[in-house]
Amino acid sequence: MSTRIPRRRFLAGAAAGAGALALGGCDRLVQNADVERILRLAERLTMGAQRALLSGGALAREYSEAELSPVFRSNGTSRPAGEAYAALAETGFADWRLSIDGLVQRPLSLSLADLKQLPSRTQITRHDCVEGWSAIGKWTGVPLGLLLQTAGLAANARYAVFHCADEYERSADGSGRYYESIDLVDAFHPQTILAYALNGQDLPVANGAPLRLRVERQLGYKQAKYLMRIEVVESFAHISRGRGGFWEDRGYEWYAGI
Amino acid sequence: MNTLVADARKPGRLLIRRHSVAVRVTHWINVICLAVLLLSGLQIFNAHPSLHWGQSGFEPDRAVLDITAVAVGDTLRGVTRVGGLAVPTTGVLGASAGSDGALEERAFPSWLTIPSYRDLASGRRWHFFFAWGLVLNGAAYLLHGLVSGHLRRGLLPSADQLTPRHLLREVADHARLHFPRGDEARRYNALQKLAYLSVILILLPGMVATGLTMSPGVDAAWPWLLDLFGGRQSARTLHFVTASLLILFVAVHVAMVVASGAWNNLRSMITGRYAIHSEDSSS
Ligand code: HEM
Repeated sequence: MSTRIPRRRFLAGAAAGAGALALGGCDRLVQNADVERILRLAERLTMGAQRALLSGGALAREYSEAELSPVFRSNGTSRPAGEAYAALAETGFADWRLSIDGLVQRPLSLSLADLKQLPSRTQITRHDCVEGWSAIGKWTGVPLGLLLQTAGLAANARYAVFHCADEYERSADGSGRYYESIDLVDAFHPQTILAYALNGQDLPVANGAPLRLRVERQLGYKQAKYLMRIEVVESFAHISRGRGGFWEDRGYEWYAGI
Repeated sequence: MNTLVADARKPGRLLIRRHSVAVRVTHWINVICLAVLLLSGLQIFNAHPSLHWGQSGFEPDRAVLDITAVAVGDTLRGVTRVGGLAVPTTGVLGASAGSDGALEERAFPSWLTIPSYRDLASGRRWHFFFAWGLVLNGAAYLLHGLVSGHLRRGLLPSADQLTPRHLLREVADHARLHFPRGDEARRYNALQKLAYLSVILILLPGMVATGLTMSPGVDAAWPWLLDLFGGRQSARTLHFVTASLLILFVAVHVAMVVASGAWNNLRSMITGRYAIHSEDSSS
């Protein structure tokens, strides 16, 4: 007499086994480079879809004063380490300069006073952190497009790279320094500004003094703080680990519209 | 739903073709997508384990739901706060075993997240890939359902199923785990149809819409989404609530599949064939 595993019991066992295997195998799948490459295709789909939806240059929602967050949360670096930054902060950033260089016809070097004399834009917008929370703040600053126009872009210019004063992760080779990049579509969007004021006050150190990027319509990690230099490039493959930003180098999407 | 064969070995047993290929394939793709979306979603939730109401929010003390760990002496305790209520949830929510077995601060435990360790970037990559899968698969299902008439003929309750008498009888039958037999078993019962329709037309689209409302890019293109759900943080809370309702649906759905003939039902969703017993409807 042969004992036969009833088909149903066999199937139930197989299903349970597959479930256990799936649990253990999940982490290995997550770490598999080919799997990652396939999953990353979704980012391109997302960017393509959002760019199509936003082709009219739609603005991010602007809120009223009543909707401002009581405190604007500071995340990431809250005060860059090092003597160079401390010295700049000491004098109220009087000696700080923003340089705009790379693929431009006229490299610029601008003081905070220079920036404050240029036409400005004030906007109350929502800051969405990749972690999930949001805060609403009022930003005042110079439209980035205006500065890039003044500098004059070379024909092969494609991205603006923002180099920051803060080293978010201590490193010997400088790969821990914060940086970000956006393409020209976002660089010339009217709400993309270099902000020197938050809620009507000079930008606090915790929020990126003296100058930070606001690129509304994207997540918080794109909003680079402690700006020192804007470099216009054709490709960011040679910068740091080559993915276009500090968090991008650590696995996050370059297009942070979701 | 045409009769295929009368089973010679079992008199009175008819095998009918119950589910089209399109329904079967999209059903199982949907199951895979939702499973990955849930587990990667919980990874994302763990990055900021509180839910808020309104346009903005980050303060845990003003949260609708908050899952945290508090240090008590040199050990951790998991606490889940809903409204004014604080429930100890050590071991599962707030504080649970990490890879070394010791308690660590994490909202959902490692066996409920993709990956098991803390990695928001990977969680997001998996979530968005399978979200596209869910949307494309769902669109294919809806398109097929409209063109083939499956939505109208298979899922819309027919007039005779919507009389109060019929509905009351179905409720009573369900309570006693009495399921239709014979000819009545050829179609979904009314409660089943209503449950499926609310998942297909309300919960799943709601899942997608609240998810999109969390996207700053989509919000710029479609600001009405913010008004519809009362803000980005409200949408995040509703995304969580809708996911919970889907889990509830799946629990009841699977229980009903098992109670009304696990193998027959599963086979019908795999091979398409479903057995009905025409003669023994009295037993
Ligand atoms: C993951 C979430 C799930 C959702 C959203 C879901 C949804 C649905 C829907 C909408 C239908 C009706 C399809 C149609 O006729 O067009 C259906 C049928 C069915 N589902 Fe699921 N399902 C899920 C998971 C499962 C699981 C895990 C199982 C296996 C245990 C399962 C087994 C079945 C079966 C056997 C049927 C056919 C029922 C019948 O013929 O009476 N489902 N499901």
